[in-house]
Amino acid sequence: MIWVDTIVQGIMLGGLYALFATGLSLIFGIMRLVNLAHGDFMVLGAFAVLVGVEALGLGIIASAILAGGFMFVVGYVLQHLLLNRTLGEDLLPPLLVTFGLSIIIQNGLLEGFSADTRRLKAGGFEEVSVQLGSVSIGAMPLLTFFSAVVVILLLNWLFYKTETGRAFRATSDDPITAQLMGIDNNRIFSLAMALAMVVVAIAGLFLGARATFDPLIGPSRLIFAFEAVIIGGLGSLWGTLAGGVILGLAQAIGAQINPEWQTLAGHIVFLAVLIVRPRGLFPRMTG
Amino acid sequence: MLLELKNLSKSFGAVVVAADVSLAVEDGEALGIIGPNGAGKSSVFNLVSGTLEPDSGSVLLDGADVTREPPRRRVLAGIGRSHQIPLPFEHLTVFENTVVAACFGTGAKEDAARDRVVEILHMTKLLPKANLPAGALTLLERKRLEMTRALATGPKLLLLDEIAGGLTEGECQELVATIQEIRADGMTIIWIEHVTHALLAVVDRLVALDFGKIIAEGAPREVMNSESVQRIYMGVD
Repeated sequence: MIWVDTIVQGIMLGGLYALFATGLSLIFGIMRLVNLAHGDFMVLGAFAVLVGVEALGLGIIASAILAGGFMFVVGYVLQHLLLNRTLGEDLLPPLLVTFGLSIIIQNGLLEGFSADTRRLKAGGFEEVSVQLGSVSIGAMPLLTFFSAVVVILLLNWLFYKTETGRAFRATSDDPITAQLMGIDNNRIFSLAMALAMVVVAIAGLFLGARATFDPLIGPSRLIFAFEAVIIGGLGSLWGTLAGGVILGLAQAIGAQINPEWQTLAGHIVFLAVLIVRPRGLFPRMTG
Repeated sequence: MLLELKNLSKSFGAVVVAADVSLAVEDGEALGIIGPNGAGKSSVFNLVSGTLEPDSGSVLLDGADVTREPPRRRVLAGIGRSHQIPLPFEHLTVFENTVVAACFGTGAKEDAARDRVVEILHMTKLLPKANLPAGALTLLERKRLEMTRALATGPKLLLLDEIAGGLTEGECQELVATIQEIRADGMTIIWIEHVTHALLAVVDRLVALDFGKIIAEGAPREVMNSESVQRIYMGVD
């Protein structure tokens, strides 16, 4: 019975990792930009929610919406003024610049919020659980997983059913030709980053509500996001969800065997997938 | 004058792709460009569409200097281009490829663009393939898609780069009929083509290029029969 419980917890944890990974996957898919500051942006999102709750006295949902708006603007401006200039044939400049951003965000948050460990309080919602047969699932993990599915559904709808989504896909296929169709790449990239940052804010919300956080935990969360993206295969958001679930399962099962094995088990599964299927389990991208 | 090229020159080191090229195209005219491989034909298109910057000279569209405008602006200003080597968005369907061009090339909303997209796909005979991913098309269909997308951007000037090569006689006649149809709607066309009989069925005027230079210009038959063109094509000394 304990194993059924472990598997359910693992799947729920996978929902969180999928949320971590979706923004990363989105940005890499559209503009081949590897955002090394992705984890730190999630922490920034969590702090933005915290400011709403503690400084402005808003409810957690209102704070999250505000944080989403804030991150949208941050993403758009950052891409427009800085990151668009780093894109090109060479993959190194965006890596270096986002690595620099990672350091800036960590130190900025340390300066502003100190190194104290924080947690977002969801008004007792953390304590609620749902009884399914003999398994009890926390309402928060369930909501996280549900949010990941909804986010991916919405993004897929945007990609395949809207004009802007088609422009995202066209630019992802061939940015040079996209311009010859009249698409303004810089604007499309800025919009994509803004959108990814909204997803990052949602990830930050659950990051802060499910566990404690401090200004320096970004990079370790980035690793989980990377692993989920790679396991799932580049270019497919459902693949990213599957990658997150596999990683979550591996960690939950590893922890069940020996509490010290939680992250290690995740890394081992990640490496195993890389060896057996270097392009991930459900790749969509070619070349 | 819809398009004017004034003394355009461009070279890559010792390789000259355009040497003092001056050319004017009137509204509604169909101009053909011929010349051996490497003569600089596609480079002229690159200079017109803005993917190549000239070393000197200028490009005027409708009297306005667009020499320093990026390709995207020129698309919006009314220059549509099909590439010799097709560059479709492979993961988008044929329909989506065309809709993207129609929406972003003209600023139209998708609902408004939809009917026109269907019409253009019908004209270029790609309607039966509309829901296939462009990556699944054959080379010939990809070339048609190039023309389709160029048309969808709502151009005043259509640049066609070698779209008849490799077609069977029947397909070639179909293509000529399609281009004549586009022309009858008042479109100005510049067409680069090796398949001369197809070209001559459409164009009013012909320009021959060699080593980036215009070596003959005028009525199609005269240019084809001119000594300089005969020398290149027939190997006459």
